[in-house]
Amino acid sequence: MGSLLLISVIKFVAYVSIVLVTVIMLVYAERRVSAFIQNRLGPNRVGPWGLFQALVDVVKLLLKEDIVPKNAYKPVHDLAPIISIAVALSTFAVIPFGNTIELFGTQVKLMIADVNVGILYLLSITSLGVYGVTLAGWSSNNKYSLLGGLRSSAQLISYELSMGLSIIGVLMVCGTLRLDQIVLHQTTYLWGWLPAWNIFLQPVAFFTFFIAAFAETNRLPFDLPEAEPELVGGYHTEYTGLKFGLFFLAEYANMFTAGAVITTLFLGGWHLPYAEYLGLSPTMLSILQVLTFCVKLVLVELFFIVVRWTIPRFRYDQLMNIGWKVMLPLTLANVLVTGAVMLLIQ
Amino acid sequence: MGITFSDITSSAPLVSLVLFSFLTLIVESWGKDKPVLSYWVSLLGVGVSLALSFGHLGAGIPVFGGMLLQGGFAGYCNLIFLSSAFLTILLSRGYLERMECHRGEFYILILFSTVGMMLMAGALNLITVFLGIELMSVSLYVLAGFMRKKVRSNESALKYFLLGAFATGFLLYGIALIYGTSGTTDLVAISKLFPQLSHNPIFLVGCGLLVVAFSFKIAAVPFHMWAPDVYEGAPTTVSGFMSTGAKAAAFATFLLVFVRVFDIAGTSLSQVIAVIAAASMIVGNVTAVAQTNVKRMLAYSSIAHAGYMLSGIAAANVEGETGILFYLLAYTFVNVGAFGIVSIMERQDDKKLNFEDYEGLSARRPALAVLMTIFMFSLAGIPPFAGFFGKYYVFLAAVKANLTWLAILGVLTSLISVYYYLRLVVLMYFREGDADLDHSVPRRSMIALAIAAISIVVLGLYPSLIVDLTRSFFKI
Amino acid sequence: MDSHAVATGALYGYRNQKSSSTNNFFESSVTLETFLFYTLGAVSVGSALMMVTRRSPVMSALYLILNFFALGGLYLSLHAQFIAFIQILVYAGAIMVLFVFVIMLLNLGDEKKLNERFSWKKIVGAGLSFGVLMELIFVFAFSKANLPPSHFEKATDIGTVENIGMQLFTTFLFPFEVTSVLLLAAIVGAVVLAKKKLN
Repeated sequence: MGSLLLISVIKFVAYVSIVLVTVIMLVYAERRVSAFIQNRLGPNRVGPWGLFQALVDVVKLLLKEDIVPKNAYKPVHDLAPIISIAVALSTFAVIPFGNTIELFGTQVKLMIADVNVGILYLLSITSLGVYGVTLAGWSSNNKYSLLGGLRSSAQLISYELSMGLSIIGVLMVCGTLRLDQIVLHQTTYLWGWLPAWNIFLQPVAFFTFFIAAFAETNRLPFDLPEAEPELVGGYHTEYTGLKFGLFFLAEYANMFTAGAVITTLFLGGWHLPYAEYLGLSPTMLSILQVLTFCVKLVLVELFFIVVRWTIPRFRYDQLMNIGWKVMLPLTLANVLVTGAVMLLIQ
Repeated sequence: MGITFSDITSSAPLVSLVLFSFLTLIVESWGKDKPVLSYWVSLLGVGVSLALSFGHLGAGIPVFGGMLLQGGFAGYCNLIFLSSAFLTILLSRGYLERMECHRGEFYILILFSTVGMMLMAGALNLITVFLGIELMSVSLYVLAGFMRKKVRSNESALKYFLLGAFATGFLLYGIALIYGTSGTTDLVAISKLFPQLSHNPIFLVGCGLLVVAFSFKIAAVPFHMWAPDVYEGAPTTVSGFMSTGAKAAAFATFLLVFVRVFDIAGTSLSQVIAVIAAASMIVGNVTAVAQTNVKRMLAYSSIAHAGYMLSGIAAANVEGETGILFYLLAYTFVNVGAFGIVSIMERQDDKKLNFEDYEGLSARRPALAVLMTIFMFSLAGIPPFAGFFGKYYVFLAAVKANLTWLAILGVLTSLISVYYYLRLVVLMYFREGDADLDHSVPRRSMIALAIAAISIVVLGLYPSLIVDLTRSFFKI
Repeated sequence: MDSHAVATGALYGYRNQKSSSTNNFFESSVTLETFLFYTLGAVSVGSALMMVTRRSPVMSALYLILNFFALGGLYLSLHAQFIAFIQILVYAGAIMVLFVFVIMLLNLGDEKKLNERFSWKKIVGAGLSFGVLMELIFVFAFSKANLPPSHFEKATDIGTVENIGMQLFTTFLFPFEVTSVLLLAAIVGAVVLAKKKLN
């Protein structure tokens, strides 16, 4: 019982610090990659290769004055960034970043919370993120903010459906809602050589989920809620200092989680193909698997960043058309086809 | 478990109607601007279902894993709903064309609503009761607001929806408590547990909440407030449909749950229902006297009729049940007909809806005046029309169940009702006026009215046709 | 955690206390369950009250969301994880977003205009509601009502996705199919009422 508690505490502390540090590094990575794409240098002064730039930014945001507009509704204005960051941080908790290991003589699953309806937890918590944005927009009492908030809720509702429906295909193949089981299901091999990753089994679902993930994280090409040229800054126009920092952090934390979810659901999670044939010790294998997870995650994040700096923003009508007329039918068809194929195989 | 082929054949009227409603939906979405096609398809659907229903009047059998009763009681109720839907569709086309909102969705929603009613009448599980009520109500909310440009119609829809949603809350809470105390939503299982459960106060609270929900749907006092406004604002043919089909469906569920399953005879629930019945009769009839708008008068009259019929439920005996079943059929033909004539008289912008607009109608439109007279006489319960026997049976049932006071009250309030029903007849025949139509009545509307009038006369002359049939539902 | 320790939901908590005075571990876990039940119950009732009494529609909506969370928590304490998360996903995450969206879009403006004047109807309504509330409290608190035992060996089985799916596609297949007709009717209705141009 005692060691169980200890493991929980260790997991929790490690989890929060890892997520926060990673998110800060993501900001740095984004700035460097964007500079690379635009043929600039990017931040390179603070620390080696400018690595501490993001940390300095955090300090700057912390020290800035918190300005609340006179006509803003203060309780909600304060609440909104808290909702955003809380939602963004709590989603990562169910992601398994390694296989079950032996620690202090007990079986430890390398995930923070082992919920038996993991995917539902993930979906339901992500679906709440919209409140942070919407309420920020509303409580600021500013038309640009409000428009940003409204766009955000419309966009998230539209893409949440496709997101949920693309997951259905994965669930049908894996037959479980537990994320660790889904990863385990992907560690088998098709025809003896192809890893049974869901990207191969469910390519359409992967495609639609990936697009929906962009929309859900408000990343370009779906960043209409904060489109600078039209809406000044969208929902966070009236935010400064720490509260702005929280939104900023939440955005990258969301991206981080989205990448982790994509890795887990479609890219085999911590599974390194053929690694189990190498004859490594269990500890070595575990470390290798966690590293594999990290590498996959970093690659997905890099893809997110590259897309942001290469593709222009959608128009609002295009966004809605894609969501309702392309994505939704596609995901529904995917569910149907998956069901039919499964029936045939049986 | 699951659904077998025999389930589908045994519930052919229901399944065929569902399929036809889908077909109407497809026809409507493909054939653009052709509501006429939807009209024919939906009429055909109701006709087919009606024809199939005649073959399903024998012994009732549970289908779909005991979720639904088909045949017998449910089969007979299906006849009521389908007749109501059939006549409403016939009457609506001309009306909607004149009101410039003839769209195919109208017929689709009528069909969906009828499906809901059929589910209600055959519900053997509280979940089916709920789904049936919702399917019927959701369609009716929209139908009430079908004339989107009319403020009254919008008000009607909103009012009906808000209050209806509230009533649904009562229904669900009641179902939850009943489930909590009995551990099942299956009505057959609950009926076996009823002797023990009837002493359980939580169960009784659940039943009380169900009474509230059902009383709302049949527009009984004190849950009647919505009826006049909704009936007045809704498209007139829809008001006719609501006051007949929907009311009949609610009564069917009421009967099924409270007489067949719970067997409330002689319990406190029966007393509660008797009080509601008495209040409905008094409030409905007295308020109807003061109305100047014919639609509102019919709305209050429909509240009063709910009161008469409720006395049959309060009696909770064989006579009461057969009486209500007969009453519902008669009332359906009468009220669809009455609202049908009002819809023919009505002009755009809610014109020509008052009593004085009927002055001297007999001189120029004798056929309409005669039909309206038949409907009014039947509503007033004057023999030999069917309305008389309906009242006779339910009051007889009340007397047999030692609720003589309720029967006497019913007769007295019926006397009041004679005043306002016959006032319309007097206006049409004995008053000089210039009531006329500025359009010709479509033949299909006249056919519908004729069917209704003939049915009333036939039922009035040979009530035993139906009464023997409904009695047979008890010989199991 | 022994699954039998929490074998019956918090709703039946008071019965467990009576029947299991011998088992200490049992007793303590029941206390936790009861504590959770009363806390979440208080939050849900409180937020529901706040929801109907707030003047600003957005705040009402927010309290409703809080209410859904409390309900979700109650479902969780009854081992209905699936229902709990679906409750949050569907109601808090989707339906209420639309609510908030519409409220903001309508921009009701000065909420003071919505303030109704005093009327006797309200007094009568409040009196009646209070009467019904007292009746319910009396019935639940003092009646010796027998609640039926659960059908399941382990309460943890009730809320699993497998179990719900199994029930939904066997025993309750017919209601499940009817629901689709109901939704179709609602869609047709929504189009009829909301579509900008008909014909």
